[in-house]
Amino acid sequence: MRDVAVVAFTQAPSVRRDLDRNEVEILIPVIHELKQKTGLKNEDVDFVCSGSSDYLAGQAFAFVSGLDAVGAWPPVCESHVEMDGAWALYEAWVKIQMGYAQVALVYGFGKPSMGDLPITMALQLDPYVLTPLWPDAISLAALQARICLEKGVCTERDMAERAVRDRKNAKDNPFAQVKGDFTVDGILKDPFVVSPLRKHDCAPISDGASAVILAAGDRAKELCKRPAWIRGFEHICEPLDLGVRDLTRSRSTEIAADRAGVGKKKIDVAELSAPFTHQEILIERALGLDDGTRINPSGGALAANPLMAVGLSRIGEAASRIWDGSANRAVAHATSGPCLQQNLVCVLEGD
Amino acid sequence: MSDKKPEEKEGPVQVLQTPVRLEYVFSAGQSASRLLGAMAKGKLLGQRCPVDGRVYFPSRGSCPQHGVPLDGAPVELADKGTVATYSIVRIPIEKVPLELPYVTVQVVLDGADTVLMHLLKCDVDKVHMGMRVQAKWKPREEWTSSVENILYFEPIDEPDAPYDSFKEHI
Amino acid sequence: MSQIEKALTAPHVIEYTYKRSLGPVLSQFFTALRERRVVGVRRKDGTVLCPPKEYDPDTGESLGDMVPLKDTGVVTSWAWVAKPRPQQPLQKPFAYALIRLDGADTPLLHAVDAGSESRMKTSMRVRARWADTTTGAIRDIACFEPVD
Repeated sequence: MRDVAVVAFTQAPSVRRDLDRNEVEILIPVIHELKQKTGLKNEDVDFVCSGSSDYLAGQAFAFVSGLDAVGAWPPVCESHVEMDGAWALYEAWVKIQMGYAQVALVYGFGKPSMGDLPITMALQLDPYVLTPLWPDAISLAALQARICLEKGVCTERDMAERAVRDRKNAKDNPFAQVKGDFTVDGILKDPFVVSPLRKHDCAPISDGASAVILAAGDRAKELCKRPAWIRGFEHICEPLDLGVRDLTRSRSTEIAADRAGVGKKKIDVAELSAPFTHQEILIERALGLDDGTRINPSGGALAANPLMAVGLSRIGEAASRIWDGSANRAVAHATSGPCLQQNLVCVLEGD
Repeated sequence: MSDKKPEEKEGPVQVLQTPVRLEYVFSAGQSASRLLGAMAKGKLLGQRCPVDGRVYFPSRGSCPQHGVPLDGAPVELADKGTVATYSIVRIPIEKVPLELPYVTVQVVLDGADTVLMHLLKCDVDKVHMGMRVQAKWKPREEWTSSVENILYFEPIDEPDAPYDSFKEHI
Repeated sequence: MSQIEKALTAPHVIEYTYKRSLGPVLSQFFTALRERRVVGVRRKDGTVLCPPKEYDPDTGESLGDMVPLKDTGVVTSWAWVAKPRPQQPLQKPFAYALIRLDGADTPLLHAVDAGSESRMKTSMRVRARWADTTTGAIRDIACFEPVD
């Protein structure tokens, strides 16, 4: 395996509705800042990979316009995944491992506010027996949450505690959307959105974008004083049908964590991309995290949820803690599909 | 089981139709909003790339070549230009305000460095590269914030532009 | 970036109808629904999947042994939708529920018309309410309703 590190990260502030800018205009300053930070020009980048969803944009091939923010002349080596940018980063990592690139630019962007996001998400379901019923994303998560509550996997208090923690942590994150001091008892008095989920149990809808530079070996050391080396990386998928899965745990995260070697040594910081509070609990357990790990210092997905960038941002946030020396070993998580169907785990270490 | 009668036997169900309807509020964004706002006043606004000075029309807010923001002062362009290349259309397309056969053209507007795709109203045997053309606008009272304010282009009585002036666009 | 100005916005609607081929297993499932019957598919270990699948989700083996099921079953989880959206099966407060039909081992997702949240309970029994007109689609079951 080659030594590959995350060496730079930029992001747009997550906002509920960026009505005045289109997707590309949200992305332009993010990419521009990344190039300025690293001093990289297009000719220094061997591979560009992005994650976005045309359904969010409501336009076929909307992802192609994302390249306008990068610049593609002379022509660039480029790829795209219709998934969170964390999976684009995985593709870039593989590209570097195979020796086809030294430096890669990865970005994710999404503007879900243009449509009715919970309904748009129904298009990722089985088109024969599920999508025609239009179960929104919150209802599906609520089905899972009720199973967890009734089987004693967690309590409503456990769930509210995650919201309180993440919102408090997000106070230090200028890019976060939902932040502040709340109490568990206070927010448990709120009404249900879709019972048994309350507003604080659901990640916000966020418009946003983020971008990362990956680099190999000496190139990483040139670009970053203390590179965040990728020491474990895996993504695992479960069946789409909720009826054939154990919804009280995240098996795919457990397998990915095992293969990525999460449990080999102490994890200082974890950045989780769980869009619902009960899912955050399931992911914490699947990763085997305990009190020795600082979870979501950025606030995580519950504080800012720019779809298609939120997972990539977890990797960027985790890497940031390595760069500033506040962590030596960190894990980042990303998810895709209904009720944690597919999960990605990335282990980062300092030197 | 239900006591309702089964539907008439029609053979096995082999195809499922799944209707999808998604509603969006689409934002033109900064760049296109400036362009469309100017359109409503009969003006064509381009944007200059700060790296090489090329003028983009229409601009999407970023230079697709260099990846830098195009956020400087806009450049007003003429509604005249040169045909860089063209195609003759012989099949009907909805909402095109010209009779068949008609011409689609790529026009380099005077002052711009990119091509604009549009329609050309002329004898299809006369169209050629380098031909000088001008926008035919809708009546002023019908102008809105839309590129549809320009119905099509028409030939004008000017000598052909030299090949060198448009060769990079073909 | 320069000062952000107010952008122009416009409504934008995308509408399309996909025609999907069903294959032998789902064809039997939807043909049965058109006749107001429900079928599942049996796995090698004897358990029955409903909705049926062409392949075993664990082993990938081809499946095709169809099993008739009842249109009654038990709720294994539910979510109360107080404000339904226009696309959704009921236009009054309802529950999405995972429902394990009698004779099946896995639950299918559908709507339950219980009138109020207080009537919903995990392990409650429900029965399919069939649509007036059936076409061979999941919405041939209009929804499920509590069995008292």
